[in-house]
Amino acid sequence: MNDAYDSSKELRALVCAAMHSGEPLQISGGGSKSFYGRATSGTCLAAHSHRGIVSYDACELVLTARAGTPLKQVEAVLAERNQMLAFEPPHLGQSATLGGAIATGLSGPRRPYAGAARDFVLGVKLINGQGEILSFGGQVMKNVAGYDVARLMVGALGTLGVLLEISLKVLPRPATELTLVQHRTPDEAIEVMNIWARRSLPLSGCCYDGDRLYVRLCGAGSAVRAAHDKIGGEVLANAHEFWQALREQRHAFFDGPLPLWRIAVPPAQPPLDLSGKWLIDWGGAQRWLKSDADAATIRRAAADCGGHATLFRGGDRGGEIFHPLAPELFRLHRRIKNAMDPKHIFNPGRMYSNL
Amino acid sequence: MSTPIIDVRPHKRRELIAVLRRVLPAAALLSEQEDLRPYECDGLSAYRELPMLVALPETVEQVRAALAACREHGVPVVARGAGTGLSGGALPDPNGLLLSLAKFNRILEIDENNRTARVQPGVRNLAISQAVAPLGLYYAPDPSSQIACSIGGNVAENAGGIHCLKYGLTVHNIQSLQFVTMDGSLITVGGAALDAPGYDLLAFMTGSEGLLGVIVEITVKLLPRPERAQVVLAAFDDVENAGNAVAAIIAAGIVPAGLEMMDNLAIRAAEQFVHAGYPVDAAAILLCELDGVNEEVSEQILQVREILKQCGATESHTARDERERTLFWAGRKAAFPAVGRLAPDYYCMDGTIPRKHLAQVLRRIGEMSADAGLAVANVFHAGDGNLHPLILYDASKPGDLGRVEQLGGRILELCVTVGGTITGEHGVGVEKINQMCMQFPASALAQFHALKHAFDPDELLNPGKAVPTLQRCAEHGAMHVHGGNLPFPDLERF
Ligand SMILES: Cc1cc2nc3c(=O)[nH]c(=O)nc-3n(C[C@H](O)[C@H](O)[C@H](O)COP(=O)(O)OP(=O)(O)OC[C@H]3O[C@@H](n4cnc5c(N)ncnc54)[C@H](O)[C@@H]3O)c2cc1C
Repeated sequence: MNDAYDSSKELRALVCAAMHSGEPLQISGGGSKSFYGRATSGTCLAAHSHRGIVSYDACELVLTARAGTPLKQVEAVLAERNQMLAFEPPHLGQSATLGGAIATGLSGPRRPYAGAARDFVLGVKLINGQGEILSFGGQVMKNVAGYDVARLMVGALGTLGVLLEISLKVLPRPATELTLVQHRTPDEAIEVMNIWARRSLPLSGCCYDGDRLYVRLCGAGSAVRAAHDKIGGEVLANAHEFWQALREQRHAFFDGPLPLWRIAVPPAQPPLDLSGKWLIDWGGAQRWLKSDADAATIRRAAADCGGHATLFRGGDRGGEIFHPLAPELFRLHRRIKNAMDPKHIFNPGRMYSNL
Repeated sequence: MSTPIIDVRPHKRRELIAVLRRVLPAAALLSEQEDLRPYECDGLSAYRELPMLVALPETVEQVRAALAACREHGVPVVARGAGTGLSGGALPDPNGLLLSLAKFNRILEIDENNRTARVQPGVRNLAISQAVAPLGLYYAPDPSSQIACSIGGNVAENAGGIHCLKYGLTVHNIQSLQFVTMDGSLITVGGAALDAPGYDLLAFMTGSEGLLGVIVEITVKLLPRPERAQVVLAAFDDVENAGNAVAAIIAAGIVPAGLEMMDNLAIRAAEQFVHAGYPVDAAAILLCELDGVNEEVSEQILQVREILKQCGATESHTARDERERTLFWAGRKAAFPAVGRLAPDYYCMDGTIPRKHLAQVLRRIGEMSADAGLAVANVFHAGDGNLHPLILYDASKPGDLGRVEQLGGRILELCVTVGGTITGEHGVGVEKINQMCMQFPASALAQFHALKHAFDPDELLNPGKAVPTLQRCAEHGAMHVHGGNLPFPDLERF
């Protein structure tokens, strides 16, 4: 890549300066997900300059890239070899970087069937809060040497370190994909999605918009055709656009000013009794809610069935965004934060106000 | 350690018994030599040590109270599942408590609709799949030791199995954990949804080798049994061709359920042992399993057979029926015990390498084996580059084990040199603690210790395992400089 650039020295110098001044840093990649998490302040540490694909060997199913590499570029390089990031990271903007995708840990529609961002991370190189450049994990499929710091970084929202490089497991693209549509009531939709998930079917997406249930099948042509016969439904013509719109939150559901909640629940959980507009993804396990119901009510409903709720967009960005943790678990989070970032210079308050 | 053990232990033991009696029923404590003996080692039996005391708690409250009491008195604790670990992770501490989870052997809940099972840590891996089989579901990670090993031990080691190329390791197949930290706190990570708020401590706990907390409950994910599974056995007269076939299958966009390789010594041992119908003259065989929807399996079998042919397979067979499929796998699954019959003892290694270096690494292992005068049989999870060289030796011959450890150490160092790791699934334990010094620089080890302190500030849980002290590495580094001929301090006990 001709725009590849190693800015780890500059980034490290900025971290060391912050360490000495005690001035917090706001780490940003492409800024596409700057809305996500709590609003914070601090000196900007722009990681997008540290970019480029470090190695990619299609036969090994492993790609290593610098954190500032545009996600688009990563996906384009993989597509040339007919491979993909199976967790379908949402870009949520043109400028999305690989580092941002991993730091937020978000995953797209394929997640329940293929795995989440954290499932594909094999190793990372990072700068810790003492300005040290460290590598954890590696570029092989199996590695249990040392604690799994690489996966600890996924979804930590930059509060534990600056990601420099990420090694990911990648997968071949399925030969065929086909999306079927059925009209269903909410209860039926949830039930049927979970019945399918208990059968040997080549599922790669299951979403319900309040009227239509979309099911995506993938694999060898013969397998997809056989599954089509078993499941039934109309074939969706512009399926790729549909799943892209869902993944990128460009689906019409996401329009409008009301706060957007992400409610993670056990997949077979029947519809929750909360006011607002729903979109159900991940075969029932991830439910989007546009609602101005109060946060406590929403969080209680999610917690009552073993799940949790995130104020994904809108609402009060200075308040708590993520579901509160049990006190002993939160204390452990603080100790882990101290172990990685003793001076609390990385994105303080981005995940929880006191972290 | 330098204190004479005989003087201190009876007194300390009595003290600890008194403390634990307050929180555990008398029957849950073992202190007689003969009762302690079964706990002296795990699957790495070359290392043995009697614990001061063994506790077999039955409730989470008892575990909490026992840990809190041990913390108060500064007593080290080693958790133990089924004791099948191959890196000495469950090796007792002579001055500590061995905490067996054997009584935590119940499946608490099976949630068919959400495809999860809530189980206690002492439940055997295979017992989960057996319990949910009537629902058409199973628990995917299938270590060869699955009839014996515990799910708690699997989480602690991030165990893998033959099918983890497609279905992932333990970390990919669990959803929630409850564990007790050394201060007696009960902590839940993960949950009933597919993810949880906060840091991914579910992943962080997985593979932490009992150093961070004692796991007391696990929620595992269950998958639908694939409609069909089919295996192809291919023989090669050259190991390099077999390695290339592995790469070619993956390059064709196929992700087999399992892709295993054995070299000639392992083939002959397995064939003698289980009569699986393996070609005993082959330099290597590959077992490639495809599973999923019927039609897809049929399509991929043809593709794989074509690739195998192009890569120079001298023969290839698709199992004719389920009986033959089971037989093909039986040889592979029994490879360790089969190789074990070739010599009084064997030592199992566990490095992982990028697949592309397979042939080169095998050649080097062959050379090193010849130099050391120790035979090595190779069995591995070829699909994910996880090697299990088995070094044959005779523990009763003075000096043999020392030479084995040196050869083993060199093999692991070779794995790191080609961009791999010293352990793919068996863990570091006590066994590979010195090789950690070559895989990680001091700064990374210091980071591990800082994280350990976040969970266990007094370093009482499984001390001396998994992550070496910086001092130890300084000494081990010195050993290297002086030619690797220094006596291994750990070996004095045998
Ligand atoms: C013949 C044979 C074949 C094997 N094949 C495989 C294989 O294919 N794949 C593979 O990955 N492994 C394999 N193993 C290794 C071993 O079976 C696994 O590492 C297994 O996960 C260990 O489980 P266990 O219950 O025996 O744990 P133990 O040996 O009792 O303990 C292992 C480690 O886990 C810790 N631990 C145990 N329970 C808990 C708990 N509840 N909380 C906290 N820490 C705990 C212990 O302290 C120790 O560090 C094999 C072993 C043998 C003997």
